[in-house]
Parts: sequence; C-alpha cells; structure tokens
Amino acid sequence: MEAFKSLINWLSAPEKLIGLSTVFVLVGLRTRQLWTNLAGLIGLVAFVVFFLFSFQDPNFRIIVTKPDNVPIVLLFLFVGFFMWLSMKQAWENDERIAAGGEPIEKSEYKEKVLTWPHLVYIELICLVLMTVGLLLWSILIQAPLEEPANPAKTPNPSKAPWYFLGLQEMLVYYDPWIAGVVLPTLVIVGLMAIPYIDRNTKGAGYYTFKERPFAITVFMFGFVVLWVALIVIGTFLRGPNWNFFGPYEYWDGHKLEALVNVNLSEFIYVKWMGTGLPQFWLVREVWGLILVALYFVLPPPILARTLFKDFYKQLGIERYSILVMFFLCMVALPVKMMLRWFFNLKYIVAIPEYFLNV
Amino acid sequence: MPKTSDLMDQVKRTQVWRSLFRHDIPRDERGRAQVVLTNIFLHLHPVRTPKSGIRVRYTWCMGGLTFFIFMVEVVTGIMLMFYYRPTLEYAYTDIIDLGEQVPLGIMREIHRWGAHLMIITVWLHMLRVFMTGSYKPPREFNWAIGVILLLLTLMLSFTGYLLPWDQLAIWAITVGSNMARATPFLGHEGPGAAFLKIGDVGLVHAGNDARFGLLAGRFVGEGALLRFYVLHCLAIPFIATILMAVHFWRVRKDGGISGPM
Repeated sequence: MEAFKSLINWLSAPEKLIGLSTVFVLVGLRTRQLWTNLAGLIGLVAFVVFFLFSFQDPNFRIIVTKPDNVPIVLLFLFVGFFMWLSMKQAWENDERIAAGGEPIEKSEYKEKVLTWPHLVYIELICLVLMTVGLLLWSILIQAPLEEPANPAKTPNPSKAPWYFLGLQEMLVYYDPWIAGVVLPTLVIVGLMAIPYIDRNTKGAGYYTFKERPFAITVFMFGFVVLWVALIVIGTFLRGPNWNFFGPYEYWDGHKLEALVNVNLSEFIYVKWMGTGLPQFWLVREVWGLILVALYFVLPPPILARTLFKDFYKQLGIERYSILVMFFLCMVALPVKMMLRWFFNLKYIVAIPEYFLNV
Repeated sequence: MPKTSDLMDQVKRTQVWRSLFRHDIPRDERGRAQVVLTNIFLHLHPVRTPKSGIRVRYTWCMGGLTFFIFMVEVVTGIMLMFYYRPTLEYAYTDIIDLGEQVPLGIMREIHRWGAHLMIITVWLHMLRVFMTGSYKPPREFNWAIGVILLLLTLMLSFTGYLLPWDQLAIWAITVGSNMARATPFLGHEGPGAAFLKIGDVGLVHAGNDARFGLLAGRFVGEGALLRFYVLHCLAIPFIATILMAVHFWRVRKDGGISGPM
C-alpha cells in the first residue's frame, strides 16, 4: 500500500505527469482500442477505485475536499468522459467512411424533425438534470468563506482561482510577462485564428479523427496537457512556496528545495569559459538572444520542407507563417519545461535590468 | 355541473386566453410549427431541426446548458445584490448574513457552484465545437465570438471571486492581478516600460500602470472592490449579453445547428 502511494507520488511530479499526458495524447488518440465502451468502462472504474482508495489518505482528502477544488475533480471526470465520447464517435465514423459509407451525422442530417416537441423536450430534460445536480451540490457543500481579508497576512501558498492555475503553474517556467500576459493573449488570439488557419474542408459537422489528425492532436495537446493537466498540477500538487507535493504528501511549509537553476549566460561565461559575467547586458545575453531568434527563424523554412510540407503547399506563405508562429509559441512552453527539467536552465535570456527574462 | 372539458373550452374562448395564446395546444404539425414561430423564446430555434442536431450524443447540449447557467447566475445574482454592499465595512459581514440570516440561504452556493460549472460547460462546448469541426466556413466568425464569450465567462468568474472579501478572495485577486504589473510597456515591471520616459521621469509607474487601472489603486482595496463589483454585475454581463445575442443569431444565419452540409 505504502509502496503504491510512493509510486503515485513519484509519478505525479510535473515532468512525469506532463510527459505521461503528452504520450497519452500523441499515442492514445491513434489507438483505436482506447475509444470503445470497454475501455471507457475500465477508465471510469479505475478512476472511481483510485478516488475511493485515495480518499482514505488524510492528505489527499484535505486537498480534494477543499470546497473550491471540487470543480476540478468534476473537470477531470468530464474532460475524460467527453474526450472519450467524441473520440469514440470519431473512430466509428472513420470506420464507416473506410468501409465506403458516410458519417452517421450525414445520413441523419438530411432527416428533419420538428423542434417542438423533439428538441425542446431534450433541452428541458438537460436543464432539469443540471438544475437537480446544481441544487444538490449547493445543499451538500457550503460555499467557502475564510477569515476576513487581511492585506498584512499573506497565505502560503497564495493561489489564483482554479481556472487560472494553469497560468500560475507556467510561472514556474516563464516570467509573468510571458506566462501571465503574452501566452494568455496568444491563446485567445490563436483560438480565434483556428478557422482561418485550418483550411481542411473535411470533417465539418461530424466527428472524425483520420480526416484531421493534426488539428485534433494539436488542439488536444493544448487543451488536455497545457491547460487541464497544468491546472491539476497547480491545484492539487503545489503546496507552500509553490513546492511540489505528491497527492499523498503532507504540505510541509518547511520543505526545502535547492535553488539550482542557472541562466544560459552563467552556463556560457562562468561554467564553460570561466571568465565571469560581462558587465554590459547586451554582451552578456547576446547568445540567449541569438538562440531565441533562431528558434523563431530556423524552424519555419525547415518545417516547410519536411513535416509541414503539405501545409505549406496548401496554405500559402501568409497562412503558413501564422500557423508556424502560433505552433512555435505553443511548443515553447514544453521546450522550456524540458530545458528546466533536464538542464536546470533558468532563463535563456536574463535581462533583469529591463524585466526582460525569457 | 359542467364537465371540466367544457369549462376549459369556455376559458379558451375568453378574450384573455386568446390574447395570450394565438393558437391551439400544438398537437398537429401546423400547431407545432406555430408554437415555435410565435413564441419569442422558442423562436431562437428553427421550426425544423436536422435529426443529427438534436442527438445529445452529438451536441452534449453544452451550449444550451451554458446559456441556462448564465440565466441561473443572473437570477441568483440579482437576489444576492439585494443584500450585498461592496464596501470594506460591509462586504464580508453581508456574505455571512447571506448564509445565516437570509431565507433560502443557499443562493450564494448556487451562484458560486453555478459559476464554476459554467466555466466547465463553456470549455466542453468549445471541445465539442472543435471536435465536430463546427468552426469551419461559414462559421469562422461565430467561433471567434465564442472565444470572446469564453474569455468573458472567465472574467465574470474572476471579478466575482473578490466580492466575498475574505482571505481567499483578496489573495486570489492579488496573485491574478500581479500579472498585469508585467505587461510589456504598460506594466511598471514589464519589459520595455523602462524606455518610456521623458528625461529622467518614467511615464509608467505603480501609480498609473495596467495593474493600477485594473485595481483602481496600488493594491487590492476599496477601489478594486467597487470596480470589480461594477464589472461583475453590470459591465461584463452587458457585453456578454450582446455577444450572446450575436452568437445565437449567427448560429441561425450561418446554417443552423452544425452538421455536415
């Protein structure tokens, strides 16, 4: 039992959790066997068993039963369920298409039914069910109210509302100007840009995976890994001083973590050249600046000739450039995460003089 | 003694009844079409819907549920507004009174859990629309409206989070709004802000940057409470309502409930 708990604690460290969920998206979406009734049932049972088992643990119970954390348990369950539901239908449609048929929505689309009573009736049932659920939730769990606001007493950890904890978790890897301002803006603009970048005319109005694997994989990676998984980490696994704690670990406020992260300029000038950091910031950070510039300049033409060859041909240079820029910005997050996990790299560019840290 | 059905017929012949309902109980096809056409709430729908569009397995009813929760939030929010005063003196104690003194004291619970639920349903609605490729032409613009509505939902929840004025509230908003301090050029700890100066006098400082504008002060205090209250109760719902109208209108104008056209 204890061995299992320490295994889970070990597995839920950010690098493993992010790594596992990435594998789940990249490989899982392509695995037909995961999107069947049987697999769905197994997943649900596994979740319930895991939850009931973990609930016996006092540390797990404290964090999960915090009133404002209940939605995240729901979110976890719902995202899992609806991901399964959509992928199941996508695979079923793909098999129908492969067998020479058409997606089930296509045959049903031609058939029209009267809105009253057929649609109104379904809407009513959904509303009633949701109202019952919401009322039960409201009766059973009281809305949290802590001590009166006290600007002189900072709680540790101080956390944003749960839906922003993915962004707060990004603060581990990027400075506020990127994690809190630039990346969220890019997420919003990037989402709005999707219909103008994705020129694939297939898969409009029905579930499918094989007709648009790239779009679905990228979206799922963004939603499941970079948004939901980061929220789960930020809420359940980050304790005092934003230190990592496994789900069964006690939130020890005195836990010490060595600050071993080193800037790229320190790697270059102190570790490799042994000359010490130059005085002038531009000389000091020029290597990092070049590296960042290369990150945005080199991949687009290379990708246009290799992995994204078809996109480049299909989209044209303007749309392709926008697609690649958003793609690179998105991938910049996992890239920086890996640099941190494997090389203890703090900043690629560190210009605290102008608050410009990358 | 007259039979009930006769009485009902009498009632239906009155001027009052006929002014309320322009048609008989919808039993045949014509009546069922009429009821959708003549009712302002039902006429959000078309008279006929493709069969694929009414399958719960296809739509998950998530958009409809989100709209419904929004209305639940409006109703419970109005009730809360009767009791809540957004001042440092009263905010916290009014919240306590809401639970302990006010009849039907779970309005705050419904409002808070409804808000959390709405965020989840909005995200799932986005997931469904993406997975069915329903953002593709001619629906590109409506997808963009939807993204803004999603952002507004988050902003609604975020502004409401401050109002109970407890430790949870001010520190969550402090952490959240500290980001604005780092806005490039517009935040006093953001990259580029140091270049915006006349002579030696910096133009962007803690007393006029993006965070100051958000909080109406240098820290989360009285000004921030009033500002978030007005944003939460009036400004954002106002914008969201207009955009919702556009969103629903465009659903109809861009070909109705998504399906393989």
